[in-house]
Amino acid sequence: MKYTVINHPLHNIDGVAKVTGRATYTFDVKLPGMLYGKVLRSPYPHARILHIDTSKAERLPGVKAVVTGKDTLGVKQGIWRRYPELCDEEILAREKVRYIGEPVAAVAAVDEDTAEEALDLIEVEYEPLPAVFDPMEAIKEGAPQIHEGVERNINVTRHIEWGNVDEAFKDADYIREDWFKCSGQAHVCMETHCAVSSYTPDGKLTVWTSTQSPYYIQVLLAWTLGLRENDVRVISRYVGGGFGSKFELDSAQFCSALLSMKLCRPVKIVLTREEEFTATKRRTPMYYHVRTGVKKDGRFVAREVRVFTDGGAYTSMGATALYLTGFFHSFPYKWPNYRYDGYRVYTNTMPSSAMRGFGAPQAIFVSESQIDMIAEELGIDPIEIRRINAMTPDYEIPGQATIRSCGLLECLDRIEEWIKSRGELPPNHGIGIAAYGFMSGGIFNWFNTPYAFSAAMVKINIDGKVDLYIGAQDVGQGSNTTLAMICAEELGVKLEDIRVHTADTDIAPVDLGAWGSRETLMAGNAVRMAAAEAKRQLLEFAAAQMMPNIVYDLDIKDRWVFNVARPERRISYFDVVKQAIRAKDGQPIIGRGYYTPHRKGMVSPAYSFGVQAVEAEVDPETGKIRLVNVVTAHDCGQVINPLGVHGQLEGAIAMAAGYGFTEDLPMEEGKILNPNLVDYKILRAGDMPETEVFEVETHEPEGPFGAKEAGEGLTNPTAGALANAVAKAVGVRIKDLPITSEKVLKALKAKKNKEEGR
Amino acid sequence: MAEMHRLRIRVNGEDHELYVKPKTLLVEVIRDHLGLTGTKRGCNSGACGACTVILNGMAVKSCSVLALQADGGEVLTVEGLAKGAELHPLQRSFLDHGAYQCGFCTPGMLMSAKALLDENPKPTKEEIKEGIHGNLCRCTGYNSIIRAIAAVAEGKYEEAER
Repeated sequence: MKYTVINHPLHNIDGVAKVTGRATYTFDVKLPGMLYGKVLRSPYPHARILHIDTSKAERLPGVKAVVTGKDTLGVKQGIWRRYPELCDEEILAREKVRYIGEPVAAVAAVDEDTAEEALDLIEVEYEPLPAVFDPMEAIKEGAPQIHEGVERNINVTRHIEWGNVDEAFKDADYIREDWFKCSGQAHVCMETHCAVSSYTPDGKLTVWTSTQSPYYIQVLLAWTLGLRENDVRVISRYVGGGFGSKFELDSAQFCSALLSMKLCRPVKIVLTREEEFTATKRRTPMYYHVRTGVKKDGRFVAREVRVFTDGGAYTSMGATALYLTGFFHSFPYKWPNYRYDGYRVYTNTMPSSAMRGFGAPQAIFVSESQIDMIAEELGIDPIEIRRINAMTPDYEIPGQATIRSCGLLECLDRIEEWIKSRGELPPNHGIGIAAYGFMSGGIFNWFNTPYAFSAAMVKINIDGKVDLYIGAQDVGQGSNTTLAMICAEELGVKLEDIRVHTADTDIAPVDLGAWGSRETLMAGNAVRMAAAEAKRQLLEFAAAQMMPNIVYDLDIKDRWVFNVARPERRISYFDVVKQAIRAKDGQPIIGRGYYTPHRKGMVSPAYSFGVQAVEAEVDPETGKIRLVNVVTAHDCGQVINPLGVHGQLEGAIAMAAGYGFTEDLPMEEGKILNPNLVDYKILRAGDMPETEVFEVETHEPEGPFGAKEAGEGLTNPTAGALANAVAKAVGVRIKDLPITSEKVLKALKAKKNKEEGR
Repeated sequence: MAEMHRLRIRVNGEDHELYVKPKTLLVEVIRDHLGLTGTKRGCNSGACGACTVILNGMAVKSCSVLALQADGGEVLTVEGLAKGAELHPLQRSFLDHGAYQCGFCTPGMLMSAKALLDENPKPTKEEIKEGIHGNLCRCTGYNSIIRAIAAVAEGKYEEAER
């Protein structure tokens, strides 16, 4: 075995805390003198706020403070800080509300019941305005204007193009054009959004909160509250899930902080499950129009795409989703000519934003569905059409990005073998496949941070114990363990020698946080650099003692410092540490590392790849779908934490299959109809298929030890593979998500009528 | 102010006597009165299972049980699973199988699993799935949890049980 730590199935470093109930989440934080807050939300999708009377609420015994937009600095904030016009959301609306659930006031009281009662006593006078709920309506001339000065409610447009699409279509033997519709999806973190804010008379604000990026929340709170950035401390030790919903400023954070500043007492706000469904953010719904030209042997010639996304009321992270859906719609294939035009359109609905896969699950569902339709019409095997167009190592996407490592062809081979091994399927079973790719962290800096994207510090103490300081955020995906493993491997010690310090902006170096599948590669590179720097210092002392021939190298592995050419010549890591610290006049050994991508194209330094096969059974009488097998061949470079990768894979299948056929957010006049865990159906244990994974290992030159992402990309293929499986099983093609039994049944009836009519 | 009622309850082997309102929930007694925050709340409507504890030998959703309904009863929460530093076989198996990620559903999941194995020490895979049907997990996709419970049922952690 080449490595002593990485690629070994080790327990998560916070595992014992989690299985014993000792892990303390923000939800569990309780401070002396703490008050409880609640947020009053708009019942209208679009209305002017004429007047708010809080006097009755303030007089209710037990109520300590009520705040409205008038108590704020009126900052229109957003996470795209580099583009002020895209910072469009006040957390407490002052003049206008734009979706049902938008916060208009907040109360702090001695307990939650009193705060809740006080909400009923706040009198808000609204002037309801005409509202619009669908992007295809909102973009029309004469539609209600949601933001002043935004013509036809077009919030953001994105254009991506290479080659000569119009010319190329003339060379195509076959052209196909389709509309698809992709639904929204709720993140459904088990821990709802929550925060405990404590402002003290010395002007310092401490906020415990459930977030994917303590740094972003620190900056956004400082900005909106008029505080100095480092007078705001954000602590987020254990996080009960994020999935893209927890890296923007939310109402629990902002309102609890505002109330605490008014009272100089700690205030806790926990969103209810209903608020979580109706007043946070969601996966971006999209309309896709795709025109694809191919040669009759299946070679891709050109693709032209137009996408209209339902942005909801504010920009949030939706501008990134708009770009990424357009980029990843080309994945994982060599399109010689490609043109994408995306329009993000405001509507009077809950804002849409980032969710695991970040626009790519929609893109891949559409693309992989249409590729199967084309393959079928041309009589080409689904594996074969993908194989002849597949991305390969060192492929350059013209003007956009360079792929380095890429194990896609091997993934296709493995899945082809598995499909063959299944032999003849039982009736009404079908196997569909989808290929995908994803980024290992984004290169974009819309947040406009002046810091490196990731940073780390390693400190070695006298007993050999290593303190690893990172700003990377573990939201359950296991990044603390993965990064500790990288540190241990590079330094040549054991995982138990590493102690991770993170999730506290007073202690941790800045890191952009856990989104865009960035931690393994970006924070991993920073950690490896810091560990290497500390190791170099240790080896200087070891060299003085061991006095190897100058042409020989020393290294450290498994707590031994050794001569690489003659490994039997070795001394104890612990002895070297003791001598080194003594020799440095008592200073601990400190190494620093950082990572910011430079000259790595427009999107990401590295890309993961994979192919997934979904075997589904469809009941032709009811249209009901049952998942039988989901098999994935996956290239995430060098696996660092095998238990972690496997967990990410199986978890992604559950979430992405939910997106494919059970989860939906139906609305009526902007009101979400199923804001609870009974009517919103995420998969339960009994719904899970058998899962199998083939790791296709490649070495990514840009990643730490050759590693790349293994988090979000795995959410990309399932909906598309499922749509293809349903088509194979019963011969109907569903082009709008989710693939509900109603839609399947309706399509089966239409198919039957058509066949009988013939 | 609502009238307070006396509640006698044994939690993780310790006897408690406290006074609660009639509408106080069992989960509120566990978390807020006794400070045992290992038990979570994810929905307050009995749909997610994060608040699952064992009451008189049965897995219950403690957000859907009034504290006074548990009067005189015996409750086991996640904090009562390990004996000192010695983890329960289910806890060890969850660690080995990576059967948790964010960890928020884990305490409830462990209690459902324990109640299942107490009643049915050799469950089939389908019975395991049924046993944790009421516990939602958004991270793991359940299969690692099912494998972890099955490993305990197969006796792989028996030496620790004694």
